[in-house]
Amino acid sequence: MTDTQDTSLAGRLAARFGDTLAIRVERNETIAEVRPADLIAVATALRDEAPFRFGQLIDLCGIDYLGYGQSEWETNTAGGEGFSRGVEGEAMGRFAWANRPRAGHDPRRFAAVMQLLSIEHNHRLRLRVFCEDDTLPVMPSVTGIWAGSNWFEREAFDLYGILFEGHPDLRRILTDYGFVGHPFRKDFPLIGNVEVRYDAEQKRVVYEPVSIEPRVLVPRTIRDDADLLQAQAEAADDWRRN
Amino acid sequence: MAQEIRNYTMNFGPQHPAAHGVLRLVLEMDGETIVRADPHVGLLHRGTEKLAESKPFNQSIGYMDRLDYVSMMCNEHAYVRAIENLMGIEAPERAQYIRTMFDEITRILNHLMWIGSNALDLGAMAVFLYAFREREELMDCYEAVSGARMHATYYRPGGVYRDLPAQMPQYRESPWHKGKDLKRLNSWREGSMLDFLDAFTADFPSKVDEYEELLTNNRIWKQRTVGIGVVSPELAQQWGMTGAMLRGSGVAWDLRKKQPYAKYAEMDFDIPLGVNGDCYDRYLVRVEEMRQSNRIIQQCVKWLRANPGPVMLKNFKVAPPSRVEMKDDMEALIHHFKLFTEGYGVPAGETYAAVEAPKGEFGCYLVSDGANKPFRVHLRAPGFAHLSSIDTVVKGHMLADVVAMIGTYDLVFGEVDR
Repeated sequence: MTDTQDTSLAGRLAARFGDTLAIRVERNETIAEVRPADLIAVATALRDEAPFRFGQLIDLCGIDYLGYGQSEWETNTAGGEGFSRGVEGEAMGRFAWANRPRAGHDPRRFAAVMQLLSIEHNHRLRLRVFCEDDTLPVMPSVTGIWAGSNWFEREAFDLYGILFEGHPDLRRILTDYGFVGHPFRKDFPLIGNVEVRYDAEQKRVVYEPVSIEPRVLVPRTIRDDADLLQAQAEAADDWRRN
Repeated sequence: MAQEIRNYTMNFGPQHPAAHGVLRLVLEMDGETIVRADPHVGLLHRGTEKLAESKPFNQSIGYMDRLDYVSMMCNEHAYVRAIENLMGIEAPERAQYIRTMFDEITRILNHLMWIGSNALDLGAMAVFLYAFREREELMDCYEAVSGARMHATYYRPGGVYRDLPAQMPQYRESPWHKGKDLKRLNSWREGSMLDFLDAFTADFPSKVDEYEELLTNNRIWKQRTVGIGVVSPELAQQWGMTGAMLRGSGVAWDLRKKQPYAKYAEMDFDIPLGVNGDCYDRYLVRVEEMRQSNRIIQQCVKWLRANPGPVMLKNFKVAPPSRVEMKDDMEALIHHFKLFTEGYGVPAGETYAAVEAPKGEFGCYLVSDGANKPFRVHLRAPGFAHLSSIDTVVKGHMLADVVAMIGTYDLVFGEVDR
């Protein structure tokens, strides 16, 4: 080993995996992205090889990137229509099941994100895997590497419909028995699609279409210029003095 | 004559007092021995993470209380830290000490609940009554500081909602509090909250002795816990166990020591470790943690008494201006209006913030696209990871041991189901 070698976790990962991993460091957190085809080999190496030793899978969760960066509040133009000019966009609070938006074919919509922890080295790594097809998101299961991913993968399957190949028991976990759809997808309405009540005549619980209306109290707003710049400027001179 | 014997399947819960809420456990049994345990969770699923995506950042702090509803402020801490990470802000020092102190108060609250209910599950009624006596005192701290006994919404990005009260509220005479009892209760509550905590922490170790007197050398307690539910260090890591489940197996891992946050780096405390990894060791670990938490609270009280100061950032992008300022400052009024209608935007990016909650590592994975609402919030609940291992751990145990195991997992379904 030479002195010039990068001994940070990111450096060691880059040296070992090369192009297989896309690595970046954000706020002292190391984030790596891997293709589904390479996942098993990379994960096994991360668990077993001495410089990494990620013995624990702390967390695994799905993400749906549909509508990322979409703002609902358009204030570039002034107008007489008041608040209604904000009613744009396709946030999940704005539609019911029948008129949910049909997603375009964005091939990088679904991802699973793992938080790995090495107790031995006291470091963490975030591993992200994008599914290649957004109509049928599939990726290999890591249950053979970290047994504890079993339920986390079931959760990601239940909520996002990501299929984990090789999972021993991929059933729904959090939603109701007989639930239809994957509720955490961005095109699944916030109000849901069915509601239950007890029917006194039939003497059983019945499922019916939801009767509530979708509504949003606060629109999604992205103000990427003024607010944040000002906040950062204030951070520089004000906040540290506290 | 050959007789055919078949396994049978049994439903444990969801309406079972030892199921700690709404766990439906489908057990396949051979006589009284467990062949397979299949927990059905999700009966308390409320879609917290999805709800959080539809609200400005600050409005979801209250949901965090409702996840693990016996360690409320620790959940808030993880969420608030994630937001602070993304915004690149840090709470004032006094707020950090208050957070540290309330995290430890929460730990004691949680462990008291756990020791009471676990003992109750295994047939010891009295411990529950003793534990709730002290829980009540600490609940009063929650109430004094936030107005709510459980769902405090006390931690905010940039600090805590308000400073500690200068006067601890006193009990009034009622059919439940009267005479000598009332006098004893109020004698601790004459001064500020810090005075109250002084009195409490001076007294609490003797109360822990009382619980130990009831359990530690109790023959029945030991028969029910020693050698039951043994978790090896390898198994614990394989299943993503954290907190007392990991330390009970002898792995020295505690985020408060290894990846310190708030003011834990300045605190003097010890991490208890188990040896055998059975239910009894985890019991001992948690009891010792209560004593250590008590020490941390004492250190925080001492510091907080000596160092007054702000408990919230003065940045009006995240923290509301005071009422007084709003009365005569136009800018302050605008900030207030913007903050409570639209909220604040959080820079695009992602972060994972974890705290050592009483049950284990409680983490918040937060993705922001720059909007005033989170793009994705994922809450890593320790109980979820722990419960997933139940099939591996209880296989071959007796039915009664399943109850001991559920107790030692310290499950709360608010966080498992989210």
